[in-house]
This record gives sequence, C-alpha cells and structure tokens, in this order.
Amino acid sequence: MATLLIRGGRVIDPAQGIDRVDDVLVRDGLIVSVGHAGGQPLGRADETIDAAGLVVAPGLIDMHVHLREPGREEDETIETGTRAALAGGFTSVACIPNTEPPIDTQAAVEFIHQKAARADTCNVFVVACVSRGREGKELAEIGQLVEAGAVAFSDDGAPVYDAELMRRAFEYCRMFDKPVLAHEEVLELSRGGVMHEGLVSLVLGLTGMPAAAEEVLIGRDIALSEVTGGRLHAMHVSTAGGVALIREAKRRGVRVTAEACPHHFTLTDECLRGFDSNFKMSPPLRTAADVEAIVAGLVDGTIDCIATDHAPHAREKKMLELDRAPFGILGLETAVGLAVTRLIVPGRLGWPRLVEAMSTLPARILGLNRGTLRGGAAADITLIDPNLSWRVDVREFRSKSVNSPFDGWTLQGRAVATIVGGRVKYRLGG
Amino acid sequence: MPSATFDQQAVPAEWPHRHLLDLERLTAAEVRLLLDTASLFKEATDGCRRKLAVLAGSTIVNLFFENSTRTKTSFALAARRLGADVVDFSASSSSLSKGESFIDTAKNLEAMGVDAVVVRHATPGTPHLLAQHLGVGVINAGDGPHEHPTQGLLDIFSIRERLGHLAGGGRPGDLAGITVGLVGDIAHSRTARSNLWGLVKLGAKVILCGPPTLVSDRWRELGVEVSHDLDAIVPRCDVLNLLRIQFERQNTRPFPSVREYAHLYAMTRERLKRAKKDLLILAPGPINRGVEVTADVADCPQSLILDQVTNGLAVRMGVLWLTCGPRRAGAAERVSAVAARTA
Repeated sequence: MATLLIRGGRVIDPAQGIDRVDDVLVRDGLIVSVGHAGGQPLGRADETIDAAGLVVAPGLIDMHVHLREPGREEDETIETGTRAALAGGFTSVACIPNTEPPIDTQAAVEFIHQKAARADTCNVFVVACVSRGREGKELAEIGQLVEAGAVAFSDDGAPVYDAELMRRAFEYCRMFDKPVLAHEEVLELSRGGVMHEGLVSLVLGLTGMPAAAEEVLIGRDIALSEVTGGRLHAMHVSTAGGVALIREAKRRGVRVTAEACPHHFTLTDECLRGFDSNFKMSPPLRTAADVEAIVAGLVDGTIDCIATDHAPHAREKKMLELDRAPFGILGLETAVGLAVTRLIVPGRLGWPRLVEAMSTLPARILGLNRGTLRGGAAADITLIDPNLSWRVDVREFRSKSVNSPFDGWTLQGRAVATIVGGRVKYRLGG
Repeated sequence: MPSATFDQQAVPAEWPHRHLLDLERLTAAEVRLLLDTASLFKEATDGCRRKLAVLAGSTIVNLFFENSTRTKTSFALAARRLGADVVDFSASSSSLSKGESFIDTAKNLEAMGVDAVVVRHATPGTPHLLAQHLGVGVINAGDGPHEHPTQGLLDIFSIRERLGHLAGGGRPGDLAGITVGLVGDIAHSRTARSNLWGLVKLGAKVILCGPPTLVSDRWRELGVEVSHDLDAIVPRCDVLNLLRIQFERQNTRPFPSVREYAHLYAMTRERLKRAKKDLLILAPGPINRGVEVTADVADCPQSLILDQVTNGLAVRMGVLWLTCGPRRAGAAERVSAVAARTA
C-alpha cells in the first residue's frame, strides 16, 4: 500500500466546502481523506510532501485543449501536449477532435486513449465530433462514441452551422447527458477577419471579426438548448454581449455552461498594433470592456470555468503575414500564472472560486469523478505556490510549439507539483 | 542648368526611425521634416527633373507583393534621380510561389547588401514585420488597407504647395484652418488613413465621407468628422480627395450598384458648382472615371492629379534620402561634394 502525505498546505476543495490548512492523505492512487478523518495515522507515509505556504487543490482540469495528434504532429503530440499540461498544473485535459482525421469513430477515440496511456502523463479525456467528419452535415455515431469513452461533443474550430443539426445534437446528446461544446461564430460576419472589429482594426486596416458574430450564434444555441433541454457549453466566450446572453439564459434555467480563456481576460485588441501573429486567435482579443465583462462573468459564475483553448502551431506557420498565419495561442503552461496574476492578485476572485473554475466545474460539466479531494476520488492533486513570481520563457515550454505572446512576461503563481493518480508527475525544477 | 540651390546645411541628416512604416506613429515635427526634405529635393532637382546623385552606390529594392505600376515606377525613378541602383523584385518572379516565407525572401535580399527595401503587400503590418527582422531601412509602399505613407505625404505636399499660405496660425506650412474631405472607400483605403494622420497632425480639419458601409461612425472616436452626405460637406471643403472604390478588397459589395454609388458620391460638375471657388481636387489614382469623379471634373483646372505625380517623386526622394542617406559613411560630405559639383 503506497501512501503519500501532503502536509500543511492550504487545502481548497470547493466540492466539500473546504478551505483550511490541513493534510491530505493518498493511498494507492486514491484520496483517503483531508485531515484526520477516519482516524488514519497521518504521520507515517511512504512519501511526504511539505506543502507549507502552498495551495493544495484538486487536480486542475483543462476542458479545451488541442493536442493536434493525429495529423498535425509538427505542432503538438499527445505526449508533448500532456507534458505541457503537467507543467501547467493540469492533471486532466479534454482534447478537441479537430484533428486529421477528426475524432468521429470508436477507433479514433481508442487511438487517443492508447497514445495517452503510452505517454503516461496526465489524464486525457476525449471530446468527439458532433458531426461525421466534422462536416456539419449529419450526426456522428454519438452513442458508440460515448461507449468508447467520449465525454462531450464538439465540432470546435468551426461552429455547427446547420441549425437543425445543432438541434438534433442537443436532443440526441441529452439521452447520454453529454454537453455539446459550441464554437460560436457566424462565419459570414467574421469572414476574412484576423482580429476584433473595432477602432483598432479600423485604424490598422485589418479585417475585423465583430462581436456580433459570436453573440448571434450564442443566442441561437441558447434558444435551441432551451427548446430541446440539451446541454449547451459555450466555448471561449469573449464578448460582453455573450456573457450577458448566458447570464440571462441561466437566470431562466436554460442548461447552459460557459468557459473563458486566460487570454480573453488578460489581453485586448490593442495588442494587435504590433502586428504579431501570436496575438491572433479565434475568437479574437476584444476590448477592455469585454475583458471586464469576462472577469465579471467569472466572478458571478455566469462563466463557469477557465479553459485554455491551447492551440499550438509550429513556429514557421506563425511566421507568416497576419492574414495567412493560423489562429491560436498556447495556454497550458501560462494559465495558472495568468489566472493568479489577473484574477487573484487584484482581488477579483478568491482562491476557492478559482479552484472551482479550474477543477470542480470542468469535472462536473464533463461528468468526471474528479475535481475533488473527497475520499475515494482519484488522487489528482495540484500544488500551487501562490506567491511565486516567475518569468515566462517559451524556450522552457514542454509544448512542441512556442506561439505564446506572454514570452518574457513576469507572472505570479505557478504549479510546483502535479500529482496524477497518487503519483507525482511533475515537480518544478525537478 | 543644374541646380545650384542645394544647401547641405538644410538637408536633414537625422531620421530617428530608419524606416518609414506609417504616419500614425510619427510626430507632427517628423511629418514636417519629411515634407520639408521633399521640398528641398524638389527645388534641388529643378522640379524633380534633374539628377542629384547623393545616393550613388546605394541599392534600393522594390519588393512588391501586390501589383503596382505608378508607385513602383515613382520609387524607381526617385531612386535613380538620387543615383541609387534599383532592383525590382516581384512576388510572381520570386520563390514566394514556391512557398518561401516573405521574411526569408527579404532576408535574402538583405544578405545581398541592399540599403533599403520598398515594400508593398496586401496584408497590413507586413512592412512592420520586415522592419523587425531586417537590418536595413524599410519603406512602406502600401500595406493592404492600412497605410501608404508616401501617398499621404505627397497629397499633403500638394495641398501645402497650393494652400499653405492660407493656413491661419501655427507654423508656416501647417494646415490649420484648411478643411479636407476624404471621400469614398475609406474602409479599404490606405491612402485615406495616411492622409488622415498626416493632415490631423498638421492641424487640418478632416471630414470622412461615404456610405456607412465604407465609412464607419467609429472614426468619430478619433475626433474626426464623419458624414454620409457629400452634398452637405462639399461647400465647406477647401480640398476634396476622391478615393477609389477598391472592389478587389471587398467581401460583399457595400452598396447596391455602381450607378447608385456614383449618384450619391461621385464628384460631378453639378456638385463642383456648389463648392468653394478655389476648391482643390485630388485623387490618388488610378481613378474609376464616372464612379468617384466624372471625367470633366478630373480634368478641370482645380484638379491636382498630375501635380500629385510630380510631387510623388519629390516625397520619395526625400524619404529615400532620410532612410538611406544619413546612415551611409560620409553622407554629409557626399551631399556637400555633389552640391559643390553641381554649383
């Protein structure tokens, strides 16, 4: 019986309402307890970690990660992407199926699971396609994909454009209680766009992607979710209007959840003034007012969780003219630092809410028996130094790509140990 | 007779930026410096007709990723007037069609020892990226709908030549009190943006005019007047700059028909009657006669369209000098020597 004792950290588990300095005991890959519950002698363990001064949280879960494998291994692989996840403090990721080929068959789901098992890094949960071939024409074999282990469905990278197909997806997924993760973008409105449509795009002469492109489709999908009872999860919400729509829908009791990305609560469209393609992503960086609305949405729970939309692109692909460079930004290795720096340090979010947004709620949305330190749960635990100030250096990234505009930034807060199934899989400097 | 009026003391030998990427990020003093330098070169070359070989031994590359006739020719001619060698490099003849990135292409040119790269590209910001990657001067000859600084400068140069004496207050050569209407496809016009910044910095009042699909009300956030009614603004303007409809840059047509556009926004003889007597008309060319402007107005005495072409040479000589000249060893002596020789 292998035991691990994490001593004296600030243990935060929103699922149990815990926020206190205490110990956590792990045995055989499962949580035994927080504190002395069950009369366990906590003093004798095979391994002890001193967590004084650290936050001890249920393992962080990023429910929106592009691992690129199969098909674009030059950008990222399941191994490199999950190593990046561990370094960022994530014990689980959900990978998005816009690969080549797309993940729309049991065999493809199985491939991901096997590759992840071979990498032996963090947990990888598979999001499978809503539509066969991600073509937006007919439903993928959702029931069989659920049997293979798919935890949610998404055609992300693109919206499900056909409103009737989206309606069917909501109805059909309801019988498995799986959410549809929706990329909300009216393509005609954002066509040719490289950045948010606003004063900055006007001045720079760059084609804009209006906020309405996101808001119109969020509105449609809320209506479809409401009429079907299906579960909508709005991905990477970036606009104040989108937040308002979701807030209102939740108030009415619509089954909608939402995520926001660290770059959308950190950066604005002003960043594009340097024409650096590392600031090009979809949805684009919006205005300061949108950033404030995203933060407010995180504070009041309209935005349930933080997900990175980790989107690696090989260096040569980003070294192109702004309109030819692909959309996407790395997220895994800077998410904790950005969340602490942008949300905790200024006092916008408390630690329990941040842990909820990065662990408890992603687990709940995806139906995972994780995101908690309850006895019997998988021993996925992240240790965070909330005061550690560090400089982002893309050369140290585990990710295969370096498309992060945060290179050189100084951030506060960093995962110092990532424990998956009771095993320490990452240690800062280790 | 060769010009004897070239005063080396007056030629600026300092240009803090090395490049000329846009007018937005320049100060008013820097815009004046560019215009004043152009004036010096125009005088010294007897109205841009003579050579003044102050850049002898320099090599300028015309790196055009987008088609151009007049701008490329104007830069080439300006460079030759200054004695520089000019190499043309167009995307169709380069390895870009073989998949090479534009940065690699430009680095190759740099390795060949050129002194400045004149770049035109369909994507905003491409000259700025080149400037970050190259150790030589980069001159923006038009980056998509973003900026076309030498076009903006030559338009302003032309206005200043005719109206500079009217401008009230401020420094000589400034444009305070002058009202300039920029009419047409503002959304897709790099010329409009460069004009806007340059004019505003020199104190002119700018009115942007066109349908809301081409002239965003958002421009007002910069303190610029926006109008969708050409008839209402014509009587107030001292200058109208008629910008081409850039059909090639539009996803969907921003107005129902060319006929309707011309009805609402073409500068016609009728509209000219309601204008100030000495209204100046500019058009950056190429113009769509019958769309932005009728043929009779384009050719009327108030049209500066051909002045603009000549002044384009003066502006580009000035810009080439500032971006290449002062950095060359012994540049000041060379100017002095040439001035002495031509005296």
